[in-house]
Amino acid sequence: MVIDNDPPCLPCFRGENVVAKVGHLSRADNLWNKISPFRFTLVGVQGDRDKAQEFEQLAMPLFTPLYSLAHWLTQDRSDAEDLVQETYAKALKGFDSFQPGTNFRAWMYRILRNTFLTSRTGLKAMVSLDDEDENAQAMTPAMTDTPETILLARADHNAIESALRQLPVPYREVVLLCDVEEMTYREIAEAVGIPIGTVMSRLARARKAMRQLLQQRATGAHP
Amino acid sequence: MSCDRWQERIDAYLDAEVPDAEAREFEAHLRACSACSSETLVRSELKRSVHLTGKTFVPDPEFRRRVHRSIARKEPRRGWLWLAAAACMAAAVLLIVLGPLMLRREAGQQQLLGELTDLHVTTLASANRVDVVSSDKHTVKPWFQGKLPFTFNLPELQGSEFELLGGKLTYLDQAPGAELLYAARKHTLSVFIFKDSPELDRAFSSGELMRKLSFNIESWSEAGLRYFIITDASRADVDDLRARFVAAAQ
Repeated sequence: MVIDNDPPCLPCFRGENVVAKVGHLSRADNLWNKISPFRFTLVGVQGDRDKAQEFEQLAMPLFTPLYSLAHWLTQDRSDAEDLVQETYAKALKGFDSFQPGTNFRAWMYRILRNTFLTSRTGLKAMVSLDDEDENAQAMTPAMTDTPETILLARADHNAIESALRQLPVPYREVVLLCDVEEMTYREIAEAVGIPIGTVMSRLARARKAMRQLLQQRATGAHP
Repeated sequence: MSCDRWQERIDAYLDAEVPDAEAREFEAHLRACSACSSETLVRSELKRSVHLTGKTFVPDPEFRRRVHRSIARKEPRRGWLWLAAAACMAAAVLLIVLGPLMLRREAGQQQLLGELTDLHVTTLASANRVDVVSSDKHTVKPWFQGKLPFTFNLPELQGSEFELLGGKLTYLDQAPGAELLYAARKHTLSVFIFKDSPELDRAFSSGELMRKLSFNIESWSEAGLRYFIITDASRADVDDLRARFVAAAQ
């Protein structure tokens, strides 16, 4: 018999949890720490070692993509490193709650995203998530670009990077998960915690916004 | 399907999220429709650009090592708990097992010292203090032949204050041994020689001069024999005689 507790960082997007966890460990986290020695005793050393090894084998190959995503989210190397470090620590601690056979990459990203959301920058960045439709309207005015300007911009690495940076986080993350990490819509839905329909509409809005930003840059309308 | 409907499916097509049949149908449409074709090209280029730009940030190798170590270290750290618990257990076992042992050693030494003191005092009180009366070690030593399962050398005493008075058979802890009686000025010294045993060795391993009822007692082990000197003589006399016995045993 094993006492199985929720991990410290259950991916959860409810507002109250986000607020409760800002800046320090949550109560669940502290409770987990108190319980874990007993849990450990019951599971046994061997099982625990196997678990840790399994986690290492699954998680380390995701290091570069997770760091890349963290950097895009935080837009800062040092913040990204903190985020990745915390993500790995939380994921290892909560590894018992990962169900084998389900998508580990999406699970890891969910923890990274959750950790980011509870950070100061993350809280600020996700404000726009609540009123998605209004913001979407603001971000996606009528298309004014021409295919030519976009084709010119495609070779401009800086233009693309700048446009990505300017995207609101909810748009930036779905674009990155889809185009860079090459996740399926289903994976993205799992990682971000939204329905597939929302993944598709967010992607469409994000790409329209990208084109608008590239157009503005190409025509000098925006620095 | 109309052009408008196809435009909505361009992203899904490029993201490989449409069924094969639909993809074939869409590709047929692209060949016929320049508007959809150029839009698809633009989106495809944008997707490709984002794919390349998205890989801009790579982790520092040292940072990667640090995180790797931190998740690998979790295990030893948990193992630490066990180590600490094991250490506590070991300490408890030591206390439980060795504690009484040490007490027993102390008790064993005191008991043996008591017996030795009794033997010494009994000898002094006896009318026949020794069974072989001789100041000649060449008389005393052969007398023990056949009486003891071991033999020993007696020291030269010429030029010293010691005088051999004689010897007799004695017993300590059901084991036979020799008791040799010496005089130094007005003091009498008993030298006991027994076969060394683990019990004796344990009880007197510290090798320091002991005192019991104001008697000075010295003990040492040499070549499998356990020697005791017990006397009311001074410590200097004890050390002197001991040195002579040690020299004789070489």
